[in-house]
Amino acid sequence: MPDLVRLRGVSKVFANGVRALADVSLELRTAEFLSVLGPSGCGKSTLLRLISGLATPSGGTIGWPGAGRTARDHELGFVFQEPTLLPWATALANVMLPLKLHGMAKSESEGRAVEALRQVGLGGFEQAYPRELSGGMKMRVSIARALVTAPRLLLMDEPFAALDEITRHRLNADLLALWERQRFTVVFVTHSVFESVFLSQRIAVMAARPGRVLSELVIDAAYPRADSFRTSAEYAGYCRLASAQLGEAMAA
Amino acid sequence: MSAVFAPRVIAPLVVGVVMLVLWEAAVRLGGMPSYILPGPILIAQTLAADWNTLWPSLLVTLSVTLEALAAAVIVGGLLAILFVQSKWIELSFLPYAIILQVTPIVAIAPLIIVWANNVDLSLLICAWIVAFFPILSSTILGLTSVDHNLLSLFELYGAGRWRTLIHLRLPASLPYFLSGLRISGGLALIGAVVAEFVAGTGGAESGLAYRILESGYQLKVPRMFAALALISATGIVIFLLLSSLSHLLLRKWHESALSHER
Repeated sequence: MPDLVRLRGVSKVFANGVRALADVSLELRTAEFLSVLGPSGCGKSTLLRLISGLATPSGGTIGWPGAGRTARDHELGFVFQEPTLLPWATALANVMLPLKLHGMAKSESEGRAVEALRQVGLGGFEQAYPRELSGGMKMRVSIARALVTAPRLLLMDEPFAALDEITRHRLNADLLALWERQRFTVVFVTHSVFESVFLSQRIAVMAARPGRVLSELVIDAAYPRADSFRTSAEYAGYCRLASAQLGEAMAA
Repeated sequence: MSAVFAPRVIAPLVVGVVMLVLWEAAVRLGGMPSYILPGPILIAQTLAADWNTLWPSLLVTLSVTLEALAAAVIVGGLLAILFVQSKWIELSFLPYAIILQVTPIVAIAPLIIVWANNVDLSLLICAWIVAFFPILSSTILGLTSVDHNLLSLFELYGAGRWRTLIHLRLPASLPYFLSGLRISGGLALIGAVVAEFVAGTGGAESGLAYRILESGYQLKVPRMFAALALISATGIVIFLLLSSLSHLLLRKWHESALSHER
């Protein structure tokens, strides 16, 4: 698969002198599911902000080899750790927001938003306000909002970290099903070894202070990955490998 | 609904009735002359008897109050939007808004009356000065307390400053604005009454404060109390109306307006 985004020697130093990232080189391949695994404070979120164009690197380059040279030229979806919904707007209006900001007519955007909600399993909840939804459902709305523009790249910043384990497993499975159908590129930031192994094709393991990519691990297991994958020997083996690499990253 | 509503109405009502009964009893048993402390029954009788003088005065005070509140909403709201556009504007002008707020209105009202050279206008200006600051400061707080992830999201989708204001900052600041508005509603009334006291004018259209002054000179103490009761009642009604407005606008989504099941 060709590269969608290429990071070359990217570094980020904040105004207060903190070195958030140092010399990060990483390729995001088209249609791949990549997890970024690392301890808290390793610059994972900063990495996502740089890829999305919300922040600019202090050094190095972030290139888009295909058409369009910067993040601004592309459709991106961003899912934060919190659902980050407009509390005064219904689920439908929240999902319609990106289309509205792009100036799409309501008649068209409404249909696409209804479809996006249906895809994340929230058909029938169009008129619900965020406060009426559970944590998992709010996160589903947030994913629907990120996907409604049919982005080529979906950036997710520890999206399920605040959810309980049962909800997290269901959202993991549903996210994978969506990804297999639509084949956008995913960069999934997490600090959970298990989550990264279950979801991804490739894991980039990061170390902290300054944040850098220490190693990469390919998870060569077939999709669709059912819940039974979680109890397989293959899964356990990859978890052991990823844990070992994370351990090295934390010692580094 | 009624089960939730009842204690909120009945409890303060019981306290009020008990206090009034004690007041009346104290006045009667203590043989208090009405020019020092009239009982609530006499005040109510005076209110009814002098209704034809007090009602037009109430309308005068009320119109100054509402005009000042409207001006406070418009100027306070617009200034807040202007101030958050640039740190420099806020740093340069906010201190003067604060100076205006902390200067006792009684001290500057005579100057304003001289400068404005028009009693109605000077009353309006005084009441506005007292009322606008809570709206300004709470709206600024609301406009700047927007979830930074939502701001990132708007930036990601290429929403400029204007769209971010309309679709994000303004709705997010609504609860703050409404809380400022509730405070300003009461302050506008206080400002109007204080300004009237300072102006002390007679003339055809005189507000409730003037009725209080006039009754004081004539030792018509029950009428002073009747006018005072009207001012209090007006303040309570303004507060209740603004609270209902706030509840109506926020009931669908804001934590403050949600009824929690137990």
